[in-house]
Amino acid sequence: MAISKIVASFDEAVADIHDGAVLLIGGFGGPGECPSYLIAAVARKAVKNVTIVGNSGGWGPELIELLRTRMASVLRFPPDWYDPGLLVERGQVSKGILSFPAAPGHIHTPFEKAVMEGRVELELIGQGSLAERIRSARAGIAAFYTPVGVGTVVEEGKEVREFGGRSYLLERALKGDFSLIRAYKADRYGNLVYRGSSRTMNATMAGASTITIAEVEEVVEPGALDPECIVTPGVYVQRVVVRPREPCPWDQPM
Amino acid sequence: MTGERLDEQTMALRVAKEFEDGMVVNLGVGIPTLCSNFVPPEKEIIFHSENGIIGFGPIVTDPDDADENLINAGVQPVQPKPGMAIVDHAESFAIIRGGYIDLTVLGALQVSERGDLANYTLPGKEVGSFGGGQDLAFCAKKVVAVMTHTTREGKPKIVKELTSPITAPACVNLIITDIAAIEVTNQGLLLTEAVPGWTPEDIQAITEAQLRVAPGLREMELL
Repeated sequence: MAISKIVASFDEAVADIHDGAVLLIGGFGGPGECPSYLIAAVARKAVKNVTIVGNSGGWGPELIELLRTRMASVLRFPPDWYDPGLLVERGQVSKGILSFPAAPGHIHTPFEKAVMEGRVELELIGQGSLAERIRSARAGIAAFYTPVGVGTVVEEGKEVREFGGRSYLLERALKGDFSLIRAYKADRYGNLVYRGSSRTMNATMAGASTITIAEVEEVVEPGALDPECIVTPGVYVQRVVVRPREPCPWDQPM
Repeated sequence: MTGERLDEQTMALRVAKEFEDGMVVNLGVGIPTLCSNFVPPEKEIIFHSENGIIGFGPIVTDPDDADENLINAGVQPVQPKPGMAIVDHAESFAIIRGGYIDLTVLGALQVSERGDLANYTLPGKEVGSFGGGQDLAFCAKKVVAVMTHTTREGKPKIVKELTSPITAPACVNLIITDIAAIEVTNQGLLLTEAVPGWTPEDIQAITEAQLRVAPGLREMELL
């Protein structure tokens, strides 16, 4: 039977995401690389006690509206930008493993507020160690030594070992139950290409969970993607779902 | 009577004098980002950004030209540039951790006399954000910290021991402030440049850590 990883709807794509799941959520901090409709589907499913793993814990709907106005002279935000802050605001998140949970300046993200109110647990880690822990999960590496974080809060509870006169920390692989990622084009095998800086954590997280789900602009015929240019081979991807052509509200089933 | 303090743009101008032709440079958010505006045309710099873009062009100022799929680590849209390369996040930090960043410019809350850096928290904020700053501080070949010399309340930011949470120990090579340039050496802090109107005594008076005055101390060049 012909392989096809294309799933008809976002609700179907996330149907088995369960309470307590560990979600690796792609993106970086802007709208273009954010798996908005997968996040919206998780919000609609209303699962609880999830752990979110990613660069940021999201801005949430309120701050996105504030930033939309503040940044209008620089970058126009799409109307359908839903980030992990939506899940935090709805009380679905109990833990975050993040490198950028706090907003710069004197605004507070939903995740920051939740930490201050004791509603979520935070494991703060630098972006490089976070990315490598995720890559390791995909690559079957149990743990690795990195110099980054020795002598800081990141070191707490971790083995420190010297190699060649320099101190290194043992960081463990970070595998998810589900990777929610955004890509540009896919084929039915799940091969993916990205656009510009949207590759970022999305490509890193592909394959780092039991199930990887890719939200894409377009599905093309096998062969249409140049094999030399495929960034994520389909073996890392279990499901592909296509974004709507017109922006939709997050709470609309789709 | 002390001199004027530099504004952010002028501090960025001074920092940019550290860029050498062909360097791979990563700029943190805030004042560091401004440094890219002061690269002289005879120098070609490869800018690296944590989210995985390498060799990109200037920041876009007109939203009509902005592409949401070409942003830097400060979520500012940038221009594409011939020769640009794009990688994923793990590769982007392999570049950092692997020692391929010649110079990074980072904002700072405090720097100690040993070059310890504190910059991932904000005063009065409970939650901090490392972003990519910790990897850069640990692994870039040269770390330039840029900050105002004192806090808004007038407290020194160049200190004997950090009081803010540490980002990375003994990582800073050069501190550029709004009144001075100070090198971190094995013998402690060396005052190498003073902003016009500031004497070494004026600068020491608002610096907690002990400064040695470089024999060749000069006025900071601001052109």
